[in-house]
Amino acid sequence: MATKNKAADNKALVGIDKTAREIYDKSLKGQKPQLKMPVRSLTNVKYKNKTGYLELSNQYKTRTLTYNTVKGFAQTLKMMSASKELIETNDHASKREMYYISKNWGPARFDEQPESDTVMDDIEAMMCVNREQLRFLPEEKGGEVAGQLIVFDRDRDTNKPIKIDCTGFGSGAYSIPISVEHLEFQTKAKFILCIETAGMFQRLVAHNYWRKANCILISMGGVPTRATRRFVRRLADTMKIPVYTFVDGDPYGIANIYRTLKVGSGNAAHINEFFCVPTATFMGITPQDIIDYKLPTHPLKDVDIKRAKDALKNDPFFQFHKPWVKAIEQMIKMGVRAEQQALAKHGLNYVIDEYLPEKIKAASKFLP
Amino acid sequence: MSKSKPSSKKSAAPEEVKSRKPAPMKTHEKKKGKAEDADSMAKRQREISVSEFFAKNRHLLGFDNPKKALLTAVKEAVDNSLDACEEAHILPEIEVKLERLSAPIVEAAPENEKDAKEGKDSKKRKGPVPTERYRLTITDNGPGIVATQIPKIFAKLLYGSKFHRLKMSRGQQGIGISAAGMYGQMTTGKPMRITSKLPKKDKAHFTELQIDTKKNTPDVLSEKDVDWKFKSPSGTSVEITLEGRYQRGRQSIDEFILQNTLSNPHGHFRFIDVDNQVFDYPRKTKELPEVPSEIKPHPYGVELGRFHQMAAETTARSLKTFLSNDFSRVSDKVASEILSTAGVKDVPASKITPHHLNKVHEAIPKVSIMSPPTDCIVPIGEELIMNTLKQHSKADFYTAVSRSPAVYRGNPFMVECALAYGGDLSGEEPMTVFRFANRVPLQFQPAACATFRVLTKLDWKKYGLNQPRNSLPVGPIAILIHVASVWVPFTSESKEAIADYPEIKQEIRLAVLECARQLSLHVNRAYRAAEAERKANYIDTYIPFIGEALQEMLKLSDSQKDKVVSTLRNTLERSKIDGD
Repeated sequence: MATKNKAADNKALVGIDKTAREIYDKSLKGQKPQLKMPVRSLTNVKYKNKTGYLELSNQYKTRTLTYNTVKGFAQTLKMMSASKELIETNDHASKREMYYISKNWGPARFDEQPESDTVMDDIEAMMCVNREQLRFLPEEKGGEVAGQLIVFDRDRDTNKPIKIDCTGFGSGAYSIPISVEHLEFQTKAKFILCIETAGMFQRLVAHNYWRKANCILISMGGVPTRATRRFVRRLADTMKIPVYTFVDGDPYGIANIYRTLKVGSGNAAHINEFFCVPTATFMGITPQDIIDYKLPTHPLKDVDIKRAKDALKNDPFFQFHKPWVKAIEQMIKMGVRAEQQALAKHGLNYVIDEYLPEKIKAASKFLP
Repeated sequence: MSKSKPSSKKSAAPEEVKSRKPAPMKTHEKKKGKAEDADSMAKRQREISVSEFFAKNRHLLGFDNPKKALLTAVKEAVDNSLDACEEAHILPEIEVKLERLSAPIVEAAPENEKDAKEGKDSKKRKGPVPTERYRLTITDNGPGIVATQIPKIFAKLLYGSKFHRLKMSRGQQGIGISAAGMYGQMTTGKPMRITSKLPKKDKAHFTELQIDTKKNTPDVLSEKDVDWKFKSPSGTSVEITLEGRYQRGRQSIDEFILQNTLSNPHGHFRFIDVDNQVFDYPRKTKELPEVPSEIKPHPYGVELGRFHQMAAETTARSLKTFLSNDFSRVSDKVASEILSTAGVKDVPASKITPHHLNKVHEAIPKVSIMSPPTDCIVPIGEELIMNTLKQHSKADFYTAVSRSPAVYRGNPFMVECALAYGGDLSGEEPMTVFRFANRVPLQFQPAACATFRVLTKLDWKKYGLNQPRNSLPVGPIAILIHVASVWVPFTSESKEAIADYPEIKQEIRLAVLECARQLSLHVNRAYRAAEAERKANYIDTYIPFIGEALQEMLKLSDSQKDKVVSTLRNTLERSKIDGD
């Protein structure tokens, strides 16, 4: 899979070499070497509607080699070296495998995988590449796909195309692979529906909603993975079809799941450009839906309110879109949330028979 | 003290009015006997001799129990020997020999212990405590004693050269050795045997003495010239037979001798114990301590009674010259000022009245008089007390301080302190405290001593020691405190604890604090050194991985890698001192 991405390989290799060289030169001069990386947080992203994703802003943090940082420094360099070797030998390692590789490093080994993952994220941001380019693969599972779509993959050994018809999985679904760059598509679907929960996805698949609505169903399973975002992005871009998002009507569904799908994450802003779906819109559940459809609700918890307020205060995406500010303020004021499956109150297939058709008819009014 | 004590009944009577409890007893007693009148009481009122008083109150002199009595006897004799040698400018050589004359008493068997727990049984058995009998011989190489003085010195209480002067010495009152002899005489009936040789004579003089406790006078049982069995040109040997109990360990003769070697590094001590084992402590310095000079009393410290007495004994011709001649720091000018403050005119000595003296005594505190001269105090010295502690324990850190002299009640005094920390000292035990007064080790009543009151009041937690409330700190620390004075105030005649005059406590406090400050520097230094080492190790652990990673990524040669590692190490070593 990594054979063709020479450019990506080069960017990673050049970055690693440059960083290593700088550290080496500075060290020999008797100075304390430094590692410079962008600050990975929402405070360091900006949003331009024109480009459509959260871009890295210009805050950097430098980590200077001192008594306190010497261990992290050694680990970072060792992992960079491991990455370089993976690229040169055309291999890859999962995050978990990387953690186990470090067990050869004696006292510099990682004790727990989260430590190793953090260092990996640092290197990724430092080089402004994604971890796939560093040849580190996530464990996380991609989303699932069902509906009016044919995916063309390639056989690993023979490189012959493999045709995958996403209507042919019965009550199951097609799993999005970890790397999607080489996939090609063929579809006549009118839209893509990205669904938060597996439960809702199952209901729509089981009743062949995709056939009725002529669409592609994607199960995100919470916050969409990079692969899922990339898959939807490529699908939407190449096939030029709209993307609708169907998540729980709560701050997490809005500020985490939808926002990440549409404009990327604040934590890995250096790669958002490719791992986001700027054309996505928000179908539901909106705060207004809670009223219009008389949905049963739960009160917002403190953490929900905090998340909602944080979105208004710090998230440049929501701040840019006035309708979103209004919607979130409305939710805070109502003090309640409603899940996707709350629609079952009106009958199990109410969502298929009433809610979705009605909403999609007015797709132009979806929240941005 | 020598005043007769009125019968207890009469003196108690007025007090009983105040307290209700004893009232029934009073009526009870009334029924029992006939009422006394002044005449009948007068028949029983008579003088009590000092010797008699101390015979009854021997605990006041440190002879409360057999074990302590034995030690006190040794202590008094050794103190006297050291004083005598130093005054004669002789490097002291002192031998203490202890022989057990009776069969040793076996310690209580386990079944007795069980009895002790069942209170009643043990009460029944309570008879006279069995004791052992010892012969104690202390020999020194001092100047010897003129034959005619021997009886009075050894067999008359309150006789001596040291009471009537203000000079730093071990003995002060002239009680000690006579009391030891008296104790021996009372418990065993054996006389004291003294052999003394003067340097100019060939023969030594031997005297067998008893004390007449009623009259406080010596009885010479026999005396003769004998051969001097020792190498020294002069010296004195005292032999006392007494009841006692010899045990090793804390508060033992062994400990006393050892501590004496600490405070008297110029002395050669030898102890021959009951098993004929010889413990020899050669001197550590041949330098005699400076001989302390004698001073006149300072007016601020003289009590009214003594003031009257001095006036009666003075050879001065007038009231004014009495003041300027007999007291320290009183010039003609100061004497005139005292008289004018008192509103008393100078009168010839013969015309001095008690009224004059009272007025003058009253005026003294109102006149500013220079502190007494302090060169009369001879310290052991910072280096020597520190060595002393070094001998006692292997520690990591030692410090010592000799304060400059100060004054309490007109008496010059001086405090020295040494401190040892860490090393082999146990971290689990309370602080070890060595107390010395005029070079004499103090082994008893620590809690009553000014030193303790100071040590327990200080906050030792900031030096990394645990400290239970109002107690000595717990930790690897030993401290030595020496109080030297022309007159060390003790809480009792047995000279076991230093009385807590505020001025003395303050000086002790300052001395200890000065040592503690050094300790805190040391502790911090040690902590910083350990911390620096820990950091260096930490850095050394990880830097090689940086070198290794750079080598892998940049295809460095081994020598390039080694160079970058050593350069980085130096860079970090330099900066880690700054704390980052």
